[in-house]
Amino acid sequence: MALENEVDTDSYVHELRSKALSDFEEKGLPARKDEAYKYTSLKSLFNKDYSLFPKKEVAVDYSDIKKYLVHQIDAYRVIFIDGIYSSHLSQTTHDKFDVCLMSSTLNHPKYASVIENYYNKLAGDDSLTSLNTAFAREGAYIHVPKNIQVEKPIEIVNFSTGNEAAMMIQPRNLVVVGENSQVQIIERHQSLSENAVLTNSVTEIFADKRAMVDFYKIQNDLDTASLIDHTTVEQKENSEVRLHTFSFGGALTRNNVRFFQRGEHCNSVLNGVTIIEGKQHVDHSTLVHHTAPNCESFQEYKQIFNDRSVGVFNGKVLVDKIAQKINAYQQNNNILVSDKATINAKPQLEIFADDVRCSHGCTIGQLDEDALFYMQSRGIGKKEARALLMFAFANSVLESVKIPEIKTRITKLIAMKLGVEIGFDL
Amino acid sequence: MLKIKNLHASIDGKEILRGIDLEVKAGEVHAIMGPNGSGKSTLANVIAGREEYEMTDGEISMDSEDITELDPEERAHRGVFLSFQYPIEIPGVSVTNFMKTAINETRKAQGKDEMPAKDMLKMIREKSELLEIDRKFLSRSLNEGFSGGEKKRNEIFQMAMLEPKLAILDETDSGLDIDALRIVANGVNKLRTKENATVVITHYQRLLDHIIPDFVHVLYNGRIVKSGGKELAHELEERGYDWIKEEVEA
Repeated sequence: MALENEVDTDSYVHELRSKALSDFEEKGLPARKDEAYKYTSLKSLFNKDYSLFPKKEVAVDYSDIKKYLVHQIDAYRVIFIDGIYSSHLSQTTHDKFDVCLMSSTLNHPKYASVIENYYNKLAGDDSLTSLNTAFAREGAYIHVPKNIQVEKPIEIVNFSTGNEAAMMIQPRNLVVVGENSQVQIIERHQSLSENAVLTNSVTEIFADKRAMVDFYKIQNDLDTASLIDHTTVEQKENSEVRLHTFSFGGALTRNNVRFFQRGEHCNSVLNGVTIIEGKQHVDHSTLVHHTAPNCESFQEYKQIFNDRSVGVFNGKVLVDKIAQKINAYQQNNNILVSDKATINAKPQLEIFADDVRCSHGCTIGQLDEDALFYMQSRGIGKKEARALLMFAFANSVLESVKIPEIKTRITKLIAMKLGVEIGFDL
Repeated sequence: MLKIKNLHASIDGKEILRGIDLEVKAGEVHAIMGPNGSGKSTLANVIAGREEYEMTDGEISMDSEDITELDPEERAHRGVFLSFQYPIEIPGVSVTNFMKTAINETRKAQGKDEMPAKDMLKMIREKSELLEIDRKFLSRSLNEGFSGGEKKRNEIFQMAMLEPKLAILDETDSGLDIDALRIVANGVNKLRTKENATVVITHYQRLLDHIIPDFVHVLYNGRIVKSGGKELAHELEERGYDWIKEEVEA
């Protein structure tokens, strides 16, 4: 493999890579016979001949990508073009805390202890994660020591230019947030042309005691782009991590989200809004593992499926015997706008503690005809009434979005998706 | 204003309305009474354009325009308003935003500009005072968690905001205590002008003590079997509906 020549063979990470490569070779790609991929076939994704590393760098101007950024606000930015760090589009920092590119940290003694303590400690060893560990060269490195409130949000954006006929990108992000610190992160993957791109992304997030992390995933890529995302979170006591996933685009999107609570009084929030159409496919596979008592987890996924789109929601909550007094909530509501759309929903609760409050609900329905008539009878056209109802349906998830610009942007994206000029604000 | 000729309507193949004729002129209040299952709510819903009901024969016109083929929102744009017997809960949409959308959609359809925010707020304030509605109430999700009385007051608030030509009040008195009934009736009376008309659908006479009708019609088995003045309502209150049934079946 060319990879051998590309990295410092003495590094700690090199050993991980060698092992990950052999793990991947042994396991192979997940297939539909695997329970976790029963409703999501990756076969069509992997039958292309992807380039793993771009043959040449493509220059991209700020004006080409501005609209994909939350440009109205001042933010730290870590931006990659075809998997290669773009210094002129990025805004990093090493002042008090580190927001920078992963490759600059991997073999640098200054970062060795963080890398050795955290890198690949959470990601796991399923085959696609191993594939990422073996080949990932770049991503965002975010390390916030204790007692720091990062004022500006951090944007991580992976652009693909389509310079190669088919490209596979393997971003690798590490987020370490120290005691009593706070950070807000926005992550996005975006194709700039219609050549096929497959992104296999791994993000590890560590939240130490009393840390607060807000993570927003904006998934609104072209129909030629697919994304397999693996995001794993570990929380220490009194920490709060909120993950929002907005899935509006892409051919196939698979979100593997795992939360591990490793201290008392943790709070985990997993929110999602999915609005898809055509033949788009979005799969949310979540795991919340309560390993300590007196914690909370809250999951709410609101999804709207049009045309022949397909959704999968596989939500697992695992409560260990020691994890008493847990409050775990899971809600998955789906609207099938077309009778050819599909949702496969599978909530799973495995509870070994006896003093817990766990609730889950899953609904699949159409838009309420009575509500439509009610609105029409007040002069609101059917199309607007439908949009207003769908807006209202998804709105509860937006309430917990802390960055106003993100909220406005998501609201506009939803309006666009529903094909209406929204004259109301919710 | 409203003219209904030989109206037949059915739901799921079952005929509910079997030939209704009714004319309502500007400035009038009509009461439609009748026993349960006589077709009162069906009539209200068919006039408002609910799709589940199939109009199999007849004609409905507003100001000489046939509205039979129009969608519910198009009828609303022409001044038809239905106060629902069971107002629908719409979580996530506040009363204020719902009203803003409804008013501006209607104005758009009528070729007018959107109502300026200042005027909208003033109107909301005036009309909510008329219905003795707490301002806090207006930022709540539409009808969600409202009591029966609050829902009905909210219906009349919407009517006050939309200023319809023809208001159809479907069992607006059901679920109201005496104070709420007074507030609602007072609201309806204050909104009456020479240019608009009201159709009150009710099972009981008690609402008609507050909203005095010019005409009372008795609906039975899908037909208007008797019409008269306000004294007919009193007679029904005293004697019940059985004598009407007997008269019809005789």
